[in-house]
Amino acid sequence: MNAREGFAGTGFQKAVLELTVNNHPGVMSHVAGLFARRAFNVEGILCMPMEDGQHSRIWLMVREDTRLAQMVKQVEKLEDVLEVSRHGADHKVFERLESFFGQ
Amino acid sequence: MQYSGAQLIVRLLEQQGITTVAGIPGGAALPLYDALSQSTIHHVLARHEQGAGFIAQGMARATGRAAVCIASSGPGATNLVTAIADAKLDSIPLVCITGQVPLSMIGTDAFQEVDTYGLSIPITKHNWLVRDVRELLTVIPEAFRIAESGRPGPVWIDVPKDVQNAVIDLAELPAPGKADSLPELDHAAIARAAEMINRAERPVLYLGGGVVASDAAAQAIMFAEQASLPTTMTLMGLGTLPTDHPLSLGMLGMHGARFTNYILNEADLLIVVGARFDDRAIGKAEKFCPDAGIIHIDIDESELDKIKKAHVGICGDVKQVLELLLPQVQVKLRETWLARMAELKEAHPLQMPDLDDPRSHYGLVRAVADQLDDEATITTDVGQHQMWVAQAYPLRRPRQWLTSGGLGTMGFGMPAAIGAALAERERTVVCFSGDGSIMMNIQELATAAEEGANIKIVLMDNQALGMVYQQQGMFYNERFHAVSYRRPTDFVALAKACGIRAVDLDTTDDPRALLADALQTPGPCLIHCSIDVQQRVYPMVPPGAANTEMIGG
Ligand SMILES: Cc1ncc(C[n+]2csc(CCOP(=O)(O)OP(=O)(O)O)c2C)c(N)n1
Ligand SMILES: [Mg+2]
Repeated sequence: MNAREGFAGTGFQKAVLELTVNNHPGVMSHVAGLFARRAFNVEGILCMPMEDGQHSRIWLMVREDTRLAQMVKQVEKLEDVLEVSRHGADHKVFERLESFFGQ
Repeated sequence: MQYSGAQLIVRLLEQQGITTVAGIPGGAALPLYDALSQSTIHHVLARHEQGAGFIAQGMARATGRAAVCIASSGPGATNLVTAIADAKLDSIPLVCITGQVPLSMIGTDAFQEVDTYGLSIPITKHNWLVRDVRELLTVIPEAFRIAESGRPGPVWIDVPKDVQNAVIDLAELPAPGKADSLPELDHAAIARAAEMINRAERPVLYLGGGVVASDAAAQAIMFAEQASLPTTMTLMGLGTLPTDHPLSLGMLGMHGARFTNYILNEADLLIVVGARFDDRAIGKAEKFCPDAGIIHIDIDESELDKIKKAHVGICGDVKQVLELLLPQVQVKLRETWLARMAELKEAHPLQMPDLDDPRSHYGLVRAVADQLDDEATITTDVGQHQMWVAQAYPLRRPRQWLTSGGLGTMGFGMPAAIGAALAERERTVVCFSGDGSIMMNIQELATAAEEGANIKIVLMDNQALGMVYQQQGMFYNERFHAVSYRRPTDFVALAKACGIRAVDLDTTDDPRALLADALQTPGPCLIHCSIDVQQRVYPMVPPGAANTEMIGG
């Protein structure tokens, strides 16, 4: 799938979420669990510590559907999530990774 | 000063003002219990960890302050899960502390190891696995801060045994955790809301548990009176507006009175305060208040626009918002609308047959109420009895009514009553229970006896899972299955075996006198009464239907 297009055959557009979180082992479970519990598909996920070592950045590629606004509010409620920003389909972060994923 | 991790936890709990905790010890919690043995904190030894969780809930619901429950690792932790999930759905502040196997053994399937951290993620507001004794200095105050801030909720702290044993040197203790300051308010939105209210002809006020949590009942009543607002309450909001207040519509939704759901259906404005449009309250969402504009006030931003899109959404502490709204809302006597309310109430009142018979379902609830004043606290279990009490008991005080709303957990009532009675020892606490529900935490009778808790269990015994029996009768062609108990249980003997006084209304000539004596004599008591299994909770909105499509009543 080309990241710039919608999800193949679904007619859905994608959105990219950028999260700044506290860097500790439980954070990924909290974030991933939140989406899984609501049967909200996360199509791509990326996580790396930030330079200060105290925080991490999580990138999520998700579907732009009517529930997304509610999902973002739920993510914002997590204690370890410090900031959430929403980007459109044109964000480069996943596009550059595409070469690592085969056909 | 030197502390072990366990001593530090106990010291920080004391500093937090905790005087009573409920729990059960075990291998991985031994250091913590050793430290507790040296503390002034009273430990209530529950008979099952779920009981401990609900005892803590009773303390928290009665006082509004975070309460503490404690368990060991593995089965101790899993037994707590239901009580914590229950607290999450009803936004009750709890701090749950469990022992865990030592750090080096985590992930090895060690004896009594379970992934408590993973288990507790979806049922708590926040949770921790403490990996270093120094973390306790921030985690314990943070736990109380988070539990009591904003929309309250349970938090869970999992502490490995070696962290409990590790030693730390401290010059001073960290400050106790306290709730965050309240969020900034959108004054323009509040002004828009006031304008909508002033313009409305048929407004209805809809109060939820958030009004109790933010201690805003007085403001809500003033608001209702000032603007002539017929006022309905969710199951969680009962008690905020006295049931017999002229503006009270009682509870809305699945088992609300006909007139209540009809008035809501005619509203042109709905003012929703500290409530979340739960499906049991609103029925089919698209058909709920079809002609009404919506003002939604809640401290949890994620509740706004979740189920119903609000025309004005205000994120904030409901007490503060109401205080700002009050001077902007016109004093208005909406005569036509109040006349319509009276007309519908007259035509479609709540039917309470046999109200004068103290051995009938509604009659027993009223007979109990007749013996008590508003100082009594009422808890319930889950089922028909719960709804009959919600409909018929004259609740007049916030925090008078403790019930499992969101999770609907059978087994809640009796341990929650113990907790409430221990937190406020001057009160009589009545637990209305069913013969199904009481068995889910029956072991806590022994705890009640040991603590001398002033609880009165009114056991409405229909020898059935009555609420399910009712639903099979109504929606499954009376194919009753797995809902009746073939053999009666001798609850009076059971209570006595646990050291509790028990009386039976079935076998007395004067049920009112026996009831009065049982309720007025201090100490725990079980009051048994048989109830006709054919009685139903009416009206009833079938699951998935609109609130106006009620059956019965
Ligand atoms: C722990 C739990 N299990 C199952 C249910 C489903 N359930 C709801 S009401 C009910 C029957 C309750 O029976 P009882 O306590 O005797 O009350 P009654 O309806 O007879 O008054 C059941 C099984 C539940 N709410 N909680
Ligand atoms: Mg029953």
